[in-house]
Amino acid sequence: MAHGQAAMRNTGLPSVRRRAAAVLAGLVLAALATFTWSLSAGALPVSFDDLLTALSGAGGSMESDIIRSLRLPRAVAAFACGGLLALAGALMQVLLRNPLADPYVLGISGGAAVGALGAILAGATAGWIDAGAFIGALGATLLVFGLAHGDGSWTQTRLLLTGVIVAAGCGAAVALMLSLAPEGRVKGMLFWLMGDASGATRPWPALGLLAIGLTAALPFARELNLLARGEVTARALGVRVGRLRGLVYGLGSLLTAVAVTTVGSVGFIGLIVPHLVRLAIGNDQRLLLPAATLAGGVLLCAADTAARTVVAPIQLPVGVLTALIGVPVFLFLLARHPR
Amino acid sequence: MDARPPVLAAEGLAVQVGRRDVCRDLNFSLQAGDTLVILGRNGAGKTTLLHTLAGLRDATRGAVLLSGQPYAAWPRGHEACLRGLLAQSQPDFFSATVLETALVGRHPYLGRWDWESPDDEAIALRALAQMGLDGFAERQVPTLSGGERQRLAIAALLVQQPRLYLLDEPLSHLDLHHEISVLDHFRSLAAGGAGVAMVLHDINLTARYASHVLLLDSQGGHVFGRAAEVLTTDTLSAAYGHPLRAITDGPHTLFVPA
Repeated sequence: MAHGQAAMRNTGLPSVRRRAAAVLAGLVLAALATFTWSLSAGALPVSFDDLLTALSGAGGSMESDIIRSLRLPRAVAAFACGGLLALAGALMQVLLRNPLADPYVLGISGGAAVGALGAILAGATAGWIDAGAFIGALGATLLVFGLAHGDGSWTQTRLLLTGVIVAAGCGAAVALMLSLAPEGRVKGMLFWLMGDASGATRPWPALGLLAIGLTAALPFARELNLLARGEVTARALGVRVGRLRGLVYGLGSLLTAVAVTTVGSVGFIGLIVPHLVRLAIGNDQRLLLPAATLAGGVLLCAADTAARTVVAPIQLPVGVLTALIGVPVFLFLLARHPR
Repeated sequence: MDARPPVLAAEGLAVQVGRRDVCRDLNFSLQAGDTLVILGRNGAGKTTLLHTLAGLRDATRGAVLLSGQPYAAWPRGHEACLRGLLAQSQPDFFSATVLETALVGRHPYLGRWDWESPDDEAIALRALAQMGLDGFAERQVPTLSGGERQRLAIAALLVQQPRLYLLDEPLSHLDLHHEISVLDHFRSLAAGGAGVAMVLHDINLTARYASHVLLLDSQGGHVFGRAAEVLTTDTLSAAYGHPLRAITDGPHTLFVPA
């Protein structure tokens, strides 16, 4: 970042970037605080010292065991999937040039739901439910891509309409499976549909993909800024729009597929977090993508911790809480920024 | 010293939209200092032709040469340092500041991991001032009027500092004062060694600013020549399908509907 002699000024790019750097630093601190809270809160409260002991792998106590085998995977899964969904949402909003786009708008969560519920209906175990969700997500992605891209054109409207239609079809299939399912399996299906991190025991692929996805997207961030302004302008400035769209579509779909496979279709994060971050630091993707990733992780991790503690011992599906927290915050911020 | 190749040249260029011809066998060259105005009725294919000249669209036949070479022969991305396109205005779905928007013109000069430098910012602020947008840098684009947005789009093009300027209806939404100041600005850029090709609808401003005119007849035919040769009542009346009359006022000739 070139600040140079302009660093003393209060306007222009340096001030925008200082503010963005402050927001990013704040988000990193918030992530650490959220992790600390998530690991120490619960039916068995743990002190900060015990937490450090457990994480260092030294302790052999019950606390250490709970933290390492239950709370840590769950907190990491929630953080990673929140980040995945927020990043995918930010990418989809640019790809479709539509502020209302979210990671699910192209039917990915619908496909995942059909796969996962189909597996639950068949009485599959957790691993097969995840596999069903992932296969369903990729199937829907390929279907939408094939139908919308069949004639070689790449119009946003066509992609969006195809995605909406495929999602509607998946919704009907989900409703059918819910109505056919035996009583005992319906609750598991509903939790999956609302998004639930309690069964997430293998969070590391999601976290790894989050790091890879962000690293893959950042070199293209300035090109995404141009794409958001319109295809003709972007191409005239030297952006290879076709390649960039393919990359964004593929990456966004993969991030979403892994997120829904890990925690189910948690709503709202992918739509609202990019907007929250935009209201705070503007729409430069070079800052927006990392900030949205962190904010999405923090929000979902905090929501999941709240979901398992506020009315303990009852556990709420985290997707319900993200909506309950997100909607008023979003409306408040929107009201403060009149356009 | 060798003469520099023309800024832009079309050689036997044919452009089609679907099955309809925009032009057939178009040949012209635009030298540094020239201002070409493309005229034609609605739907004649002016924008399509301009996009073809910008290298965004393949020609059906023939070649477009940018500074003597086809677009494909330039290193990828370098063509954006040589030619800039002002596209017809598109709606903004996301907010951005005026300064950020003007800075997009620096994209071709920045590496993948570079950020805009204070020099880039100075270039952007100068272009904003040239378009009468001083003091607008921190404003959000959605708060601007249509004419202000158009001038911002032109400023972003100036920030790109190409040799060839391709302008699609640069005067849309502009008031009379800004119409003249924008055209004066591009005339001075041409005098400084740039080439300018633009789509306009105003015949009288064309007569005042164009060195050359390309008139598309909507059937695939065209008339190309020096402005004074093309801008005659007979040619214009035939092209627009409406009779026109010429009125002489000192050095200017004005065309009005008969």
